[in-house]
Amino acid sequence: MTFQLFVFFLFSAVTLLSAVAVVTMRNPIYAALFLILAFFSSAATWVLLEAEFLGVVLVLVYVGAVMVLFLFVIMMLDIQIDTLREGFIRYLPVGLMVAIAMAVELILVMKSGVFNRDIPEPSPLSVSNTESLGEVLYTEYVFPFEIAAIILVVAIIAAIVLTHRRRKGVKKQDPSKQVRVRREDRVRLVKMKSEEKQ
Amino acid sequence: MDSVATFLNGFLPEGLTTLIVIMIKIVAILLPLILAVAYTTFAERKIIGYMQVRMGPNRVGPKGWLQPIADTVKLMFKEIISPTKASTIVFFIAPMLALAPALAAWSVIPFWDGGVLADVDAGLVLILAITSLDVFGIILAGWASNSKYAILSSLRVGAQVVSYEIAMGFALVGVLMAAGSMNLTDIVRAQDGGILNWFAWPLIGLLLVFFISGVAETNRAPFDVAEGESEIVAGFHIEYSGMAFALFFLAEYASMILVSTLTALLFLGGWLSPFGHVLDDIPVLGSLLGDGFHWLFIKSFFFLFCYLWFRATFPRYRYDQIMRLGWKILIPVTLVWIFGEGVAIALGWKPWL
Repeated sequence: MTFQLFVFFLFSAVTLLSAVAVVTMRNPIYAALFLILAFFSSAATWVLLEAEFLGVVLVLVYVGAVMVLFLFVIMMLDIQIDTLREGFIRYLPVGLMVAIAMAVELILVMKSGVFNRDIPEPSPLSVSNTESLGEVLYTEYVFPFEIAAIILVVAIIAAIVLTHRRRKGVKKQDPSKQVRVRREDRVRLVKMKSEEKQ
Repeated sequence: MDSVATFLNGFLPEGLTTLIVIMIKIVAILLPLILAVAYTTFAERKIIGYMQVRMGPNRVGPKGWLQPIADTVKLMFKEIISPTKASTIVFFIAPMLALAPALAAWSVIPFWDGGVLADVDAGLVLILAITSLDVFGIILAGWASNSKYAILSSLRVGAQVVSYEIAMGFALVGVLMAAGSMNLTDIVRAQDGGILNWFAWPLIGLLLVFFISGVAETNRAPFDVAEGESEIVAGFHIEYSGMAFALFFLAEYASMILVSTLTALLFLGGWLSPFGHVLDDIPVLGSLLGDGFHWLFIKSFFFLFCYLWFRATFPRYRYDQIMRLGWKILIPVTLVWIFGEGVAIALGWKPWL
């Protein structure tokens, strides 16, 4: 067994075990942490495939941004762990059916011959993975790429519009108003005569 | 390093030799770094002391020079307490999660031409990815402490770090457009030829955005709402004591030095001399005025000094103003700058001919 193979099996094992742990962990925070571990070790497998840019971006986007927000939401929720433990047996048959269906689908797809391609020669190390990815993205796939970008922007705007409500009675400060304040708006100089001596 | 490798190859298998050589290199980077962290805390107290017209620490050792060592020894011998009902595993993993990324990012930092542990192609993105993991240590520390002050602080940090990361990433995009590479060594080499060729001049806006968001990323004053003493006692590390607390400190200062070094590398030409190669031929002074690690040291020290200077002079930002600065000022500035830079590159204007 070469060293590369050893590393591959190590990271695959970590990915699979942590994926199982995501499902079985009772505490949702631990589940999220194992999901982070799963992402991380699959990023490592990508780096092993010499797709270092994709691996790094997986860490950057999913671990660094998405999972932070995940953890945020889970921490803010008031979760009763006891209620989560209920109903394992009751939901087991449904869960098993879904699992079996997915496994059958995966096996059918794998057997269908879509993946029976010749494995291309790995490109020499001198070719930058990032550069070749960028070249393909901005020439051959430029329209799909731009359309995907526009869809994402639309989704962002839609999410903001849907969730951003203007509530009444909120005490909010407007920094630009605060900056524009002049002395005359706040301070009133009053001239008073001094008191007569009694 | 090569001689060590050949010596070890004499009686060890090749894989093991590579491993040992890498380990030696890691130690050679991390030991000076940890020493630098210790003396940054000392420099901070001294510099802020002088700025406020007082002496700073001057009791332990000559002129107080042994103060950081005394602090370390004290922290090491203090008892580590874990709060009742805290999630113990996460509570003790959190400081390590905070420290590990701050140290791991140094693997791709070049100290001189060729003086780098891992000469990775996508070095810039790797640094961005690793530094984005910093926040987990803080969030988990806040959650695992089972304290409302700690969790409030960690929520603040989380939102702040995620927002400023975007501005930071955009500033890096400007740098890699100018350099045409994401490898840090190549980025520095692209600035060769004296002070006028540094990216600081055409990318001055991005330099400011990068450093400001770097200060916000490391949760330092004036963006240190994570530790707002008057509101949330001490922030996410309120329940930590002894060495567990020291690890958070170590992580914070290591990331400060990292951001300073990165700013020097990306915008001020790293190890390159400001005189270019004009003075290289002078017999003795030539090696001193030419390129070398000492220039990187001076430049990073300048930015590190700025960190301390900010802390001594600026009042703390209000939380909504931090968010406003990040989203409504820094990100639009970077977007406009990148667009202008793209136009300049497309038209073949001066710095990118």
